[in-house]
Amino acid sequence: MSALIHLALTFGMLSILAVGGGTAVLPEMQTVLAGQFNIDHTEFVHIYSIGQLAPGPNMMMVLVFGFQLAGLLGAGVVLLAFFIPSSVLCLSMGRLWQKIGERPWRRAVQNALEPISIGLMCSGVYAVAKAAVVGPLTITLAVATFAVILLTRVNPVFMILGAGGLGALLMHFFGLK
Amino acid sequence: MTMATATPVMTPPTLWQIFFEFLLIGAVSFGGGIVAYERILLIEKRRWLSADSFMATLAISQTMPGLNSVNLALLAGDQLRGVKGALAATIGLMLPGGAFVLLAGVVYSAGGQHPFINVLLAGIAAGATGLLASVTYTIGKRHFVQIKSLFIIVSTFVLMSVFKLSLIWVLILMVPVGLYLYRPEQQS
Repeated sequence: MSALIHLALTFGMLSILAVGGGTAVLPEMQTVLAGQFNIDHTEFVHIYSIGQLAPGPNMMMVLVFGFQLAGLLGAGVVLLAFFIPSSVLCLSMGRLWQKIGERPWRRAVQNALEPISIGLMCSGVYAVAKAAVVGPLTITLAVATFAVILLTRVNPVFMILGAGGLGALLMHFFGLK
Repeated sequence: MTMATATPVMTPPTLWQIFFEFLLIGAVSFGGGIVAYERILLIEKRRWLSADSFMATLAISQTMPGLNSVNLALLAGDQLRGVKGALAATIGLMLPGGAFVLLAGVVYSAGGQHPFINVLLAGIAAGATGLLASVTYTIGKRHFVQIKSLFIIVSTFVLMSVFKLSLIWVLILMVPVGLYLYRPEQQS
């Protein structure tokens, strides 16, 4: 029971702090899950990566952390805790906005939050890379995926699966990292 | 044209229609770009919102905490059918991906230690790092070349990743700085 409350409080807090989208809370989520829930960085990155193969909103993988820690009930608690607080905030502010119309300070808030959330995303890239990019092979796969996604219109899912398949073969048979 | 933007909706859609359209997006949007799917649904396919009110709704979704795609579904559903519409849209959007990750999570819990699954995940993680970096680059490229934004980006990164402050402290320190730098002009 106390584990579920701990999960609810943790993900509820992350929900409210998720400025500029879910990716901004990645580094904090990784730190908190490692420090308070014993999910190490490798496991974190594995579950995050599985989530990138899924359709739909890109943070659904939070359910897997809940499931790992407290089964289906844990997944349910994390789902509600991660989505309800931000949704209630957004819905009430959204209605307020409809009434009062656009104001200069809304643009100011968005302008201020955008670079902050980009900074947090950079921290997210750094946090994920530290656990996922561990040798010449994984560096090559990450850089190749980065470049191909930016330069072509290939669906990122195919690139990630390709990196997985190619990487698995080279790691398995040649012991590369 | 002005008529169309003033009243885009003739009769409000049913809750099932809202649920089903967002479920479809939730099921096919492999590889991200959900806001683009939502834009097509809301202003082209069903014309549930005018282009203007879509842009206003998107702006609020981006300003408030939470995932932009979920916030957008929430607000669009709310405008169509109130709180029930908001629930129909968000549940539809999240259901397929949620089921997908749970299933994958069960498999991972059972077999994550298997050597071959482990190397497969190591490769997938390298690819996912590249994807995250490319998304960050695409969203950030406009900001990396602006001095005010760059200052905020670098400070935020340093506080988070170098000084390892917790997120709430990073926001307590950086939000006032950002608001000050981007405060609305007093005289226009």
